[in-house]
Amino acid sequence: MTQQPQHTKTKRYGMVIDLDKCTGCGACMVACYAENNVPFRQDESDKMRSLNWIRVMKVDNGKPFPDTQVCYIPMPCMQCDGQHMQGHSPCVSVCPAVATDYDQTTGIVSQIYTRCFGCRYCMAACPYHARKFNWWDPKWPADMEKYLNPDVSARMRGVVEKCSFCYHRYQKARDKAYVEGREELHEDEYQTACAQACPTNAITFGDLHNPEHSVYSRSRSKTAFRLLERLNTNPKVYYLSSKSWVRRKADNYLEGENFEQIREKARKAAATH
Amino acid sequence: MSTQSDNQTAAAGNRSSGWVVFVFFMIGLVASIISGWVAFPKLLYSTKQQPIDFNHQVHLEQMGGQCNACHFFREDGSFSGSPTLEECKSCHMYPMTGNENEQKFIDEYVNQDKEVPWLIYAEQPPCVFFSHAAHVKGADMQCATCHGDIGHSTSLREYQENRISGYSRDIWGKSMLRLGEAEHGRRQKMNDCAECHLKETGSKGNCFQCHK
Ligand code: SF4
Ligand code: SF4
Repeated sequence: MTQQPQHTKTKRYGMVIDLDKCTGCGACMVACYAENNVPFRQDESDKMRSLNWIRVMKVDNGKPFPDTQVCYIPMPCMQCDGQHMQGHSPCVSVCPAVATDYDQTTGIVSQIYTRCFGCRYCMAACPYHARKFNWWDPKWPADMEKYLNPDVSARMRGVVEKCSFCYHRYQKARDKAYVEGREELHEDEYQTACAQACPTNAITFGDLHNPEHSVYSRSRSKTAFRLLERLNTNPKVYYLSSKSWVRRKADNYLEGENFEQIREKARKAAATH
Repeated sequence: MSTQSDNQTAAAGNRSSGWVVFVFFMIGLVASIISGWVAFPKLLYSTKQQPIDFNHQVHLEQMGGQCNACHFFREDGSFSGSPTLEECKSCHMYPMTGNENEQKFIDEYVNQDKEVPWLIYAEQPPCVFFSHAAHVKGADMQCATCHGDIGHSTSLREYQENRISGYSRDIWGKSMLRLGEAEHGRRQKMNDCAECHLKETGSKGNCFQCHK
């Protein structure tokens, strides 16, 4: 686990996704593919083999017509803080190659493709299926190579990749700040591609530690929840939903369990330990 | 009696065979050292010449001693690196001196509207994110600290390319054993970065600090 350099203030970049606003259009996925050079194949019908850093899941309330309700849940890497908010993320703690680490200054979990040797232990450890394996070398249709993003390195066959919260954008924003003689970034200077692409502004992104960022208050709202909170993975991706059945879907709660209370307890335990 | 003299001859034979072994060992050792330290580097690295023999010293004097006259930061924080043809052309549209290198530059690049394919001594692989802004602006470092005193050179040295990796020899450093000071500025392997970061910031930094 890396120490925090003395000169930088700790940030905790996170995302708040308003499920009431998400229409399931998939613009975030498209933006992510383009931004991060995520490869795809001609035949993408086998979704088990698809690579994506964010995917939109569909859940419903299980009721027959006309009471059926549907909800779409965009799922990037949750950038888990781990139990003591110290980067004991499930994936980081199992990687034998230190090909993935937790950045104490931003809370972002990295993935270093040139270091990964493809054992896929991290994929087994990640409870959110955020990690994807490159079974093939990427191939882009002829002209698309010219559109690859030079700020993100392309992956090769045999390594794992995952959402980085567009870390390269953070790097670029920091460069700009350095040149202007600043240390701090403004909220709009560092935004992920998916957050910017979302047509309904369902996805918001920022520093969860910074009260001036919108995610600060949104993540603390009454209807905010995270996925599988009882695992104490401490994700930095929060969801908002006004519907109680949606919030219940966030974990495998038993029938009759008071899930709001359980969640509250889990959250407190994770934060204070 | 006869056994004793037999023993003596055997001992003498042992002594002379010891010398033979030693001599052969030395020949082997010297041969491996030569092949490892002289022949292997020659084999491993191919040598290339820069397309134009650029004189940094003359330009530095003309530009008021500022590296950033040609190697500058863009407004968005990115670093321009080697100047483009456009930037060179702003002075060298037509010959300013009788220099043969300038003439070559104008004939082969300006007149044909072609970028100069400079060989970058410090080029890193595409998985590396290096922030010039953080080092030059944030940490107030001098260019020469990492790049060596290239600003006062009158000629470009040859570029040695690792035949296996395709990257410049400067990244590894001149010495195969990585002993002593690097000849031109600093060595630029990952551990070299980490070592300096540990010393200067108290932490090697996280992976994403330098990777993308
Ligand atoms: S697949 Fe790569 S990143 Fe994942 S645990 Fe193995 S070496 Fe580490
Ligand atoms: S969501 Fe999965 S890949 Fe992302 S930090 Fe958590 S365990 Fe690791």
